[in-house]
Amino acid sequence: MRKILIANRGEIARRIIRSARASGLKTVAVYSEADAGAAHVEESDEAVLIGPAPARESYLQHTRVLDAAVQCGADAIHPGYGFLSESAEFAEAVSQAGMAWVGPSPALIRAMGDKERAREIARRAGVPVVPGSARMAEGERLDLDTEAASVGFPLLVKASAGGGGIGMRRVDGPDKLAETVAATQSMATKSFGDGTVFLERFVPLARHVEIQIFGLGGSGAVHLFERDCSLQRRFQKVIEESPAPALPESVRAAMAEAAVSLCVATGYAGAGTVEFIMDAHSHDFYFLEMNTRIQVEHPVTEMVTGLDLVSMQIDYARGELVQLDQAAITTTGHAIECRLYAENPAKFFMPSPGRLSRFDLPEQTADLRVDSGYRAGEEVTTHYDPMLAKIIAWGADRDRARIRAAEALRELRIDGIATNKDFLVACLESDGFQRGEVHTGFIDENRKQLLSATTEGKTI
Amino acid sequence: MAVIEVRTEISGNVWKIEASPGDRLEEDDPIMILESMKMEIPLAAPEDGTIVEILVTEGAAISEDDIVARLEV
Repeated sequence: MRKILIANRGEIARRIIRSARASGLKTVAVYSEADAGAAHVEESDEAVLIGPAPARESYLQHTRVLDAAVQCGADAIHPGYGFLSESAEFAEAVSQAGMAWVGPSPALIRAMGDKERAREIARRAGVPVVPGSARMAEGERLDLDTEAASVGFPLLVKASAGGGGIGMRRVDGPDKLAETVAATQSMATKSFGDGTVFLERFVPLARHVEIQIFGLGGSGAVHLFERDCSLQRRFQKVIEESPAPALPESVRAAMAEAAVSLCVATGYAGAGTVEFIMDAHSHDFYFLEMNTRIQVEHPVTEMVTGLDLVSMQIDYARGELVQLDQAAITTTGHAIECRLYAENPAKFFMPSPGRLSRFDLPEQTADLRVDSGYRAGEEVTTHYDPMLAKIIAWGADRDRARIRAAEALRELRIDGIATNKDFLVACLESDGFQRGEVHTGFIDENRKQLLSATTEGKTI
Repeated sequence: MAVIEVRTEISGNVWKIEASPGDRLEEDDPIMILESMKMEIPLAAPEDGTIVEILVTEGAAISEDDIVARLEV
């Protein structure tokens, strides 16, 4: 492997260029017309224009990206996250073109991309999945009492064709169950043209905890411990940390073991993440999905383990990483990542595109990493996701990491567009977060207090 | 009866149009769904009324404060 094409943009493209260069590789960037002057284009050895600003006409175009690789003589492609990273078809095309694909096999990407299949694979590997019932077509009832008893209350009656919170109803006890099943079936028929429903256990106070793994194909897999990503808005992560706060050691070990057995069972190759939903009270955890790529929040794991996940991916893809010793992977201290978004928290996190007339990032130090794809004077367009930067702070313990992150955020100077900077500081300094009482409803539940703390403590 | 202008709060694209001229809408019923920065953002009727006119098509680029529909209230 001599030359690698990075099929991405922004901070992750820059981050991959850094590791690729450290591994002695030449780098090729691709870019859309909107990104012509972007940092990732300037920092790569070569860059190829692949189309207009909309991602579906550029970064999502399989043939244009492949043609760019062929044109430059690249012999490997790293997809980053998002865009083509979880496209089995693209991974296949890369391999067929005789290039190395930095990621797992197309078959694995395909299997894990299908939620039903992924759940079945996890169940067979002995990984706990959210208890659920069989499917019931409209008018069909099964033995509801038996089904509900095996699922457990509170439960959700979910329309198979629904999604994103639409078409589900909560039931707290057996008395309303039959009625709710019938009502959901008829609603689902009207809304989705398919009245099929099923029962699924509902976790009222949930945390999102995930395990970073690295698989060596048939030669086993290791884990790089967990990340807690419970702080979310609009189902998108906002603050991530490692280790997960207030997590009993036995639970932590059980989750890691479950994630590793899933990887061993599937012969997983490369970096991946097994996501779990965890009951914040009982610490029972269930498989949610597996992401077959590098994650946005991978730096928190790198900060506590001292490992470079992207370099590991590259080394594995070129056959130079053949063995990993679980006992040699340890963590030191605590890391917290804050995602700086171009959005307005006071307007329900409405996107806030525009020109960054000022964009001063804090200086990077041993305990502070800043990954960003933007520079002052650049335009944040509506075509791509709203993440401006990731501020990742390390501390000897959680409190020190938290204080360092807040300090770094306060050092930011941004003009031209609205950001969630002050909202992030308010989250870090809230009583609940300080106590480690994180859960997926945290931001929604505390939105008002967090917003008022934002205006009172304005630091500009 | 008055006709009011419905304006967008963000720049982006029109992803999906949900209402047609003549439709009776209640306050908060969706008129269209906009797309900006990989997020779907519903644009809802500001009050009860009847759609008089939809001024954009699916896929159209929009800027903040563009008039995208007229509603008789």
